[in-house]
Amino acid sequence: MDFATIIQILDSAVRLMTPLLLACLAGLYSERSGVFDIGLEGKMLMAAFTAASVAYATGSPWLGLLAGIGGSMALALIHGLASITFMGNQLISGVAINFLASGMTVLLGQRIFGLGGRTPSLTGGGRFGEITLPFADSLQGVPFLGPIYSNLISGHTILVYVAFVCVPLTWWILSQTRFGLRLRAVGENPASVDTAGVSVTRLRYASIAICGLLCGLAGAYLATGLSAGFVKEMTAGRGFIALAALIFAKWRPWSALFATFLFGLLEAIANRYPDLDLGIITVPSMFMNALPYILTVIILAGFVGRAIPPRAGGEPYVKER
Amino acid sequence: MDKMPKWADVILTPLISLILAMGISAMVILAIGESPWLALKTMIDGALGSSYGWGFTLYYTTNFIFTGLAVAVAYHARLFNIGGEGQAMVGGLGVALVCLALPWPHWGIALPAAMIGAALFGAAWALIPAWLQAKRGSHIVITTIMFNFIAAALLNYVLVNLMRPVGSMDPASANFPEGAHLPTLSGMAANVGLEWGKNTPVNITFLVALLACVLVWLLIWRSRLGYEIRALGQSEPAAMYAGISPVRITVIAMLISGGLAGLMAINNVMGEAERLVLNAVEGAGFIGIAVALMGRNHPFGVFLAALLFGFLYQGGGELALWTSIPRELIIVIQALVILFTGALDNMVRMPLERIFLAMRRKGRA
Repeated sequence: MDFATIIQILDSAVRLMTPLLLACLAGLYSERSGVFDIGLEGKMLMAAFTAASVAYATGSPWLGLLAGIGGSMALALIHGLASITFMGNQLISGVAINFLASGMTVLLGQRIFGLGGRTPSLTGGGRFGEITLPFADSLQGVPFLGPIYSNLISGHTILVYVAFVCVPLTWWILSQTRFGLRLRAVGENPASVDTAGVSVTRLRYASIAICGLLCGLAGAYLATGLSAGFVKEMTAGRGFIALAALIFAKWRPWSALFATFLFGLLEAIANRYPDLDLGIITVPSMFMNALPYILTVIILAGFVGRAIPPRAGGEPYVKER
Repeated sequence: MDKMPKWADVILTPLISLILAMGISAMVILAIGESPWLALKTMIDGALGSSYGWGFTLYYTTNFIFTGLAVAVAYHARLFNIGGEGQAMVGGLGVALVCLALPWPHWGIALPAAMIGAALFGAAWALIPAWLQAKRGSHIVITTIMFNFIAAALLNYVLVNLMRPVGSMDPASANFPEGAHLPTLSGMAANVGLEWGKNTPVNITFLVALLACVLVWLLIWRSRLGYEIRALGQSEPAAMYAGISPVRITVIAMLISGGLAGLMAINNVMGEAERLVLNAVEGAGFIGIAVALMGRNHPFGVFLAALLFGFLYQGGGELALWTSIPRELIIVIQALVILFTGALDNMVRMPLERIFLAMRRKGRA
């Protein structure tokens, strides 16, 4: 394997990790505030559909992005209604949201475009273009660092850079701001936050809205950045891989970056080498695809560093009367 | 004192939730420019209007009874088993291995053997999540989701690389031997001179499913083990104080749950396809969640809810055939049923409780 191949694989890993990273951070906000979210998949799917539809209709990926965020937020609101206002089971609500998105996208897609649930392909201006960073071309010739800069770091769509910026931003919000402190507190001990006179409901709705926003970015990236248009079930389990990454990262932003990079890399390798020949054994692509899930189960088992979820996660907060 | 009478809890709330879900579904159909009335008529005609329709409806019902019971048994121990899909997939592998292992002389011998294979494989797939939950506290919802994906990858590998007959391009196992073919209900009806449900896949497994409902009822409400499962579900400290081991009950409840999900495979793999194909479960594992929620985790409720979803499933197929409504409408209805009967349960329950309280106060005054 030469240097150029490694750069190509890493480049592909960066593209594939972006939706995972955005969805993982989305889940991080929600779960750190004590609301379990297994509906990341559905929110991404809905966002991908609305983003692709609006981008196709208007020719603008930016309007598509807004629509994607809107679609995702609508589902996030349902989740909030069920799990915060009506104190329902957050897991069941997540399951429902996944199915709702899976069915509604095809139903609406068939109604609007009549193509069996996909949107027409986006051409040219309907997609997010790749950004060439300054001096990318002129630095191409520099040995080692040149290709890394011009082929790996440069040449992605804006949402990729947004996703990477979200990591330090999330770290800063969670650990350095008052909102972040309260958000984490509400996920560990909502009663104490309530006693301090801060509304648990409002905090949780805020974090769910952020979760919807980030899932919207992830879905829009899938449909208008990574590929050109929406295809039925195009998230293909990415929401669950993001959930796995979140556990793998033990609900921490910087670790989320590494976990999603690892999972993106696994996917990139599986795409490039369907049957990976390691000399002694051949690793089938199915194993590479299942590896994120297997690794997560191992982490959950607590044999390699224990993953402890936020303490109040999954519990609706009932104010004492 | 209960806030409302038992009948309101068991019948009225799910009924109102169902009506809400159906009402919104009707609005969705209106929104995509079709007539809900025509859609309902097409579905009823297609699913219940002929013995042909009934044959398919009952076939789907059989699948959903097994997966619904699987979710219900686990739920009594307050375990949310989302892994029915994967457990049914792996159960199918068990059925295929049993059916292809011997040249079975008669289905009467093949069926019990295949049932053991299905239940063992399904239960085995639930064992690791169960053990991790019981011993290490790993959340069972997350681990069972992960195991669904691992099962899909495993099946993909096994079918493409190991079980595919030489020369076949299809990722599927060889056809099962003649002796492992289950009798269909239409064949059984023909034997007594009735013409019913010709060319439909509903088979003897339907009767097995009904038997499973009865056995689960006996298990949950009439056995010591069932009592222990319910006690653990109601209160873990109380169960421990009574000398019930949470680890043991968690594992046993999940094994039964996984076994029931696995048993679904005798219907779809052995009864219908007569070979193991990729994605044989087709989401029935997830529908089990809706079925159990709708049926309030009671075997009889599960049976009724499975019948409802069997009707929706077959009717949805007919919709796609005769109208321009895609069959994904069923997924939307399924989502709404899960949402209203599961997650938004309190939205219906809280006002109802208030009404019943007000009525009682008035009665006393």
